[in-house]
Amino acid sequence: MSVALQTPAAPVRDRVETPFRRFISEFAESKLALLGLAVFTVIALVAILAPWIAPQNPYDLAVLDIMDGRLEPGARNGADDMTYWLGTDDQGRDMLSAIMYGLRISLAVGAGSALLAAIVGASLGLLAAYVGGRTDSAIMRVVDLQLSFPAILVALMILAFLGKSVMNVVIAIVVVEWAYYARTVRGTALVERRREYIEAAQCLALPTHRILFRHLLPNCLPPLIVIATMQVARAIALEATLSFLGLGVPITEPSLGLLIANGYEYMLSGKYWISFYPGIALLVTIVSINLMGDHLRDVLNPRLKK
Amino acid sequence: MTETPTLEVRNLRTHFFTRAGVVKAVDDVSFTVPRGKVLGLVGESGSGKSVTGFSVMGLVDPPGRIVDGQILFKGQDLAKLSDEEMRKLRGNRIAMIFQDPMMTLNPVLRVDTQMIETVLAHEKVPEAEARARARDALGMVGIPSPEERLKSYPHQFSGGMRQRVAIAIALLHRPDLIVADEPTTALDVTIQGQILAEVQKLAATTGTSLIWITHDLSVVAGLADDIAVMYAGKIVEQGDVGEVLDHPLHPYTHGLIGSVPSRNRRGEPLRQIPGMTPSLLSLKPGCAFRARCPRAQEDCAEMPELHAWMPGRLARCHHPHLEPREEAA
Amino acid sequence: MSASLAEHAPRTFSDTETPMVELRGVSRRFAKKLDLAAKLARKLGADVKEEVVHAVDKVDLRVRKGEVVGLVGESGCGKSTLGRIVAGILPQSDGEVFWKGQEVGTLTGEAARQSKLQRQMIFQDPYASLNPRMRVADIVGEAPLVHGLTRRSEFDTYVDDQMRRAGLDPAFKRRYPHQFSGGQRQRIGIARALAVQPEFIVCDEAVAALDVSIQAQILNLFMRLRRELDLTYLFISHDLSVVEHLSDRVVIMYLGRVVEEAPTETIFRRANHPYTRSLLDSVPRIENRKRAFTVVKGEIPSPLNPPTGCHFHPRCPLAFDRCKAEAPALREVAPGHRSACHLNDAA
Repeated sequence: MSVALQTPAAPVRDRVETPFRRFISEFAESKLALLGLAVFTVIALVAILAPWIAPQNPYDLAVLDIMDGRLEPGARNGADDMTYWLGTDDQGRDMLSAIMYGLRISLAVGAGSALLAAIVGASLGLLAAYVGGRTDSAIMRVVDLQLSFPAILVALMILAFLGKSVMNVVIAIVVVEWAYYARTVRGTALVERRREYIEAAQCLALPTHRILFRHLLPNCLPPLIVIATMQVARAIALEATLSFLGLGVPITEPSLGLLIANGYEYMLSGKYWISFYPGIALLVTIVSINLMGDHLRDVLNPRLKK
Repeated sequence: MTETPTLEVRNLRTHFFTRAGVVKAVDDVSFTVPRGKVLGLVGESGSGKSVTGFSVMGLVDPPGRIVDGQILFKGQDLAKLSDEEMRKLRGNRIAMIFQDPMMTLNPVLRVDTQMIETVLAHEKVPEAEARARARDALGMVGIPSPEERLKSYPHQFSGGMRQRVAIAIALLHRPDLIVADEPTTALDVTIQGQILAEVQKLAATTGTSLIWITHDLSVVAGLADDIAVMYAGKIVEQGDVGEVLDHPLHPYTHGLIGSVPSRNRRGEPLRQIPGMTPSLLSLKPGCAFRARCPRAQEDCAEMPELHAWMPGRLARCHHPHLEPREEAA
Repeated sequence: MSASLAEHAPRTFSDTETPMVELRGVSRRFAKKLDLAAKLARKLGADVKEEVVHAVDKVDLRVRKGEVVGLVGESGCGKSTLGRIVAGILPQSDGEVFWKGQEVGTLTGEAARQSKLQRQMIFQDPYASLNPRMRVADIVGEAPLVHGLTRRSEFDTYVDDQMRRAGLDPAFKRRYPHQFSGGQRQRIGIARALAVQPEFIVCDEAVAALDVSIQAQILNLFMRLRRELDLTYLFISHDLSVVEHLSDRVVIMYLGRVVEEAPTETIFRRANHPYTRSLLDSVPRIENRKRAFTVVKGEIPSPLNPPTGCHFHPRCPLAFDRCKAEAPALREVAPGHRSACHLNDAA
């Protein structure tokens, strides 16, 4: 028996329009989001390349000269072979280098903890939505409990218990943040799992883990990405706050928050730059991430789709 | 016909200016709806039937825009009216019924509040009279115990009842014209039957003209006086409903009617129209149906005019079904 | 098409052989459990009740090999729920489901998987029923690969064959669902179901969302596939003309219960149940011109709170006292023709 083939509407250009490509072109519609992306890319590059492009290694006590302490921006060092463009702190550390290295810590902690929290939170949220019943109730009550405590308080308690280290800061932030992901993913997954393509997957007797991670999860990603973006910014701010309060990263690896804290006491004596420039770096980083996040929310929200 | 028709649409063009290009959703559409008559506007998705209805209502939103043509409502050109003047007509002399009654109803307001507001928006009458009008309208569309139902919220009604309330609101000002966009498509068969019966009664008794937009030929068959079949933004066939359905001229109408299961022998393959509806973005010049048309010839590369092949029988086709009428099934 | 007329002639099926699918007294309830707040509110005297919907209420159904059974009813009648129970997506609350004579609940391991794979479903919404983030090749080929019906090395050929059989051009298998029209998406759904080599297909309003001219194409595809692959269908629809066209037998449901079942010809010529008759009268037909629409009175009651006795009695023009009190049983009124109406006893 011959079969008449249905030819789909002839594509104008035979380029497979993947969901990803469509997302990219929609994202590019907002100038502000592109600006955020550009600024963030520069910041990320600076952070990654810090060891190679920073004028000085701020962790290497051998290169620091206490005589250069608290020099103002634009001053030359004692040996007159480099300029401290953003001044120095009380240890004579070049602020520009310190900020570059500080960004490294802040971004790594922010991104790392957001990613870990996303994995933990999304898995639990997915499980709660798909299994339902008691599992769902149990997970969601923990989420409620978690979200009813102020984040900073929980983080402070955990750090007081675990002690200071970069890893412990990450753990503290994950514990504080996973609940947001869990709640978001559960909400989306509850809607998605009622859709017919999930029923179809069940009808095809596909294994549960496959339905969860190949069918359900990819369709819960859009809100997850939005939350994750915003939470990276939140995590960076939280880490800065913890470090500022002296409970964050150890003094030997100063993040932006710690740099701000270090210069805080000199603020009123006119030596503003020690706190000011790390503060600006923190602000620009967070704003650039939020600019992207805001637009991502618009692009990825099906309700705002035309 | 000497009387001015309720609605006369001439050469209407409504285009959408999208990023991907200009979509000619309605392209040179003309039709007339006499007083008290029902026009069935039939087409598949993307044929432009709904956009035609929205154009008449002045409800086309950007990026869409009426680029050309006249919409003469009792002789007055609606396309030239300001938004303010249009708003005064809408809901008063012209009303619309949507597929989803919740387009008309506000979920957080009681039905009486909404209906009285609608009355008072266009007429200065005492509130008691407005309430009486609302109650009568509910009764007219067959809602039992209208006095009590006035105090309900929309969510307390079933889907069919909600659509009745929406129709009652459309009737509040005894409009001269109602545009109904697939109002029974989402309803169950028995409920659809009830609503069609009510509408039929109303059209016969109130002198209101109706444009009934639908994809369902069977609904139009029972309800309409005239029928206009749309395909890819253009009317391809127009005429008296019985004539068109029994002896379609255009191959598209012919194919559409032929594919209705009850027009085929049970269990045999249905007479199908091959292919699929073309994208309005990539329309080639000439007859839009020719790629799917069994009668297409070379001259179809040129767009045919809507030609009166018989008195009152228009078809946009170079090779219409003019053979002796044998196939009334 | 070269098929001879004989092939389309209504088939007859013997009642003695084991049916392919059989339901015995199957019910499905959906309960809205009270949460903590609602329980508390009830303790304080608020009027909250646990709401239970009897979506499917003690239904018996048999589908024989090679048969097309049309399942018809309006919204809330439970036809989609019943279809999902038959397809093995939803568990029943009560009753037994038999696949080729074996109770499905007793099957384990390989037998359970086989029985599940052999019952596939085509869904109503061609947009929601395809995973938007998978390519067509994966949508169609995933399950056969997982279940070992094909191997990685033969994957492409296998998928191409499945697509071609459903009338799709394999050249487009790298695309995503959103790049296809409604009719083509439905073909993808059909290819996906047929790729696991089922014997039984549940079509849940499979053409309801399609344009008229596309509906005919898909219906023809269903009929061709039935012939080529010797398939059995449970064809769920609210559209009587579609059901009339391709079913051998029709089952009518109202508010969770089967009210009538008979061979297609019988249903459309000599319907017994008053509900079936009013349903048939309500259908607009292209042959009926400018004719007053006939009307069944009243609304479809909420399945949350169905009427007592015969569910149809408040709308039934022939109802009498007994109909309010007692639910009529489904009884044979002629060979192969069963109806649930008290009027049949009176006669």
